[in-house]
Amino acid sequence: MRTLWERLAERFALLSAIASASITLLILLFMAYMGLPAFKAAGAGQLLLSPWDPYAGMYGVLPMIVTTIRLSLLSLAFAIPLSLGCSFLITAIAPAPVARGLRRMIELMTGIPTVIYGFVGIFLLVPLLREMLESGSGMCILAAAMMLAVMISPTMTLFFCDSFDRIPRSYLNAADALGASPIQKLFHVTLPSARAGMLNGVVLGLGRAVGDTLISLMLAGNSIDMPQSMLDSARTLTAHIALVFAADYESPEFSSIFTCGLVLYVFTTMTTLFVRYYGRSEAGRA
Amino acid sequence: MKKFVIKHVAVPLIAMTISALPAFAADIDAFRGEKGEIKISGGTAHIPVMKDAAQRIMSKNPGIQISIAGGGSGVGIKQVGEGLVNIGNTGRKPTDSEVSRYSLKMYQWAVDGVAPVVNPRNKVKQLSKAQLAEIFAGRINNWKQLGGVDRKINLYTRDEASGTREVFWEKGLSKGRIAPSANVVISNGAMKSAVSQDPYAIGYVSVGHIDRTVAAVTLDGVTPTIKTVQDGSYPIARGLYSNTKGTPAGLTKKFIDYLYTPSGKTIIKKHGFIPVR
Repeated sequence: MRTLWERLAERFALLSAIASASITLLILLFMAYMGLPAFKAAGAGQLLLSPWDPYAGMYGVLPMIVTTIRLSLLSLAFAIPLSLGCSFLITAIAPAPVARGLRRMIELMTGIPTVIYGFVGIFLLVPLLREMLESGSGMCILAAAMMLAVMISPTMTLFFCDSFDRIPRSYLNAADALGASPIQKLFHVTLPSARAGMLNGVVLGLGRAVGDTLISLMLAGNSIDMPQSMLDSARTLTAHIALVFAADYESPEFSSIFTCGLVLYVFTTMTTLFVRYYGRSEAGRA
Repeated sequence: MKKFVIKHVAVPLIAMTISALPAFAADIDAFRGEKGEIKISGGTAHIPVMKDAAQRIMSKNPGIQISIAGGGSGVGIKQVGEGLVNIGNTGRKPTDSEVSRYSLKMYQWAVDGVAPVVNPRNKVKQLSKAQLAEIFAGRINNWKQLGGVDRKINLYTRDEASGTREVFWEKGLSKGRIAPSANVVISNGAMKSAVSQDPYAIGYVSVGHIDRTVAAVTLDGVTPTIKTVQDGSYPIARGLYSNTKGTPAGLTKKFIDYLYTPSGKTIIKKHGFIPVR
């Protein structure tokens, strides 16, 4: 009886694994297939490298690729110090009750839908940036990056906290015995040994930043120009898909957004693979 | 207390729900038991209304398949004329030669007017068409050049699939360039909230969407309102037509009739057009 159950459970797990793996692959194939007409009509180079101007027959997505990369990296640049600070406070500096309360609050923040962040951004951040910077409408890469940072830092903070908590007690005791100050302990013990877990948090944050549609759609301005600075209005790949989706099904515009999907897919896969690989070699060396 | 809630809240709510349901269901009832396919192509401005109507009809009647393609008004006339589709949509009135060549029957179900809008705080509320084109091309880029404050003009436009953009570009800007640095918003509603938030903005919305949060710009002396659009004195407007080859019958006729029902008109209004009486 027990062996039957075991075998059944095993089969079930295997099936789920096959299903989820094949769905991922099927999505890739589907996007490649649907994007084929655009590839055939324009060629991969034209699709990836030219500007977006449907009236002139140009369906390139280069400005969107550049914007996506810039926006996600900028939001990481804001979010990493923010999350590091929060997680230090929670795990090392704040007294236990305060730390617990903070942690609950941050856990709550991970559940807030992105559209809420978008709303807050459009009513509070955008007017502020517009009046402070006096250039443009306030809808720009900077606005979206700041809001994205707020959105992804709770998740990253929790990951950081978890990886700090996993550091063996004996390491910290050893540092204490050597007379290290909390700050020294942080930089010489905590950070180096929590590296792999932190990397996971960063990858997850980057993934959310790249994949988020609403915040960039609402706050980045969506202009089709190649962004020249962080204060320019610009359009991400995800926002581009959302904007062009209304086009009729057989138009080259519509078929070109599958290129965007492919680029996003490849981009996130490569980032994950790269970081995993990097993380493993780091861990191997340590 | 409990009784009060039941009597004054629950009962009216249930009554409202029950009375509202048949009113909207009745328009769909015409399709009950129907089976078949409707093919629609042509004008892209029509697509949101078509999709919405099609979705409502198809979700209630699984036997009906409605396919919607774009292609533009020219394609719509050609395909319906050659019998490739049942309904060819156009964002203009078909010409006499087209009507006689393909024996078209045309049904105008909406008027679409598009007005340039600025923030109510903006002092500049009158422009000429030439100025409008210069602004959207990015050649006039400061409100000071138009007698306003010394701030950069923030351009707002719509995505390329937008019918509003198409009309505005064709009749408001005489097919002139729209600067690529313009911000792009996804709907008439989003345009309105963007312009109402940004004191230095200029954008354009469907006339039906104008309220006190945005100020319509008087263009060459004519203020865009539903009235000036309807009487034809405001120029950036056009009819939305659905055309058939010969007198429509069966499902195709029912689909066109549906656009003139209260539910059809609700859909038309929802997407920012003025339904034809």
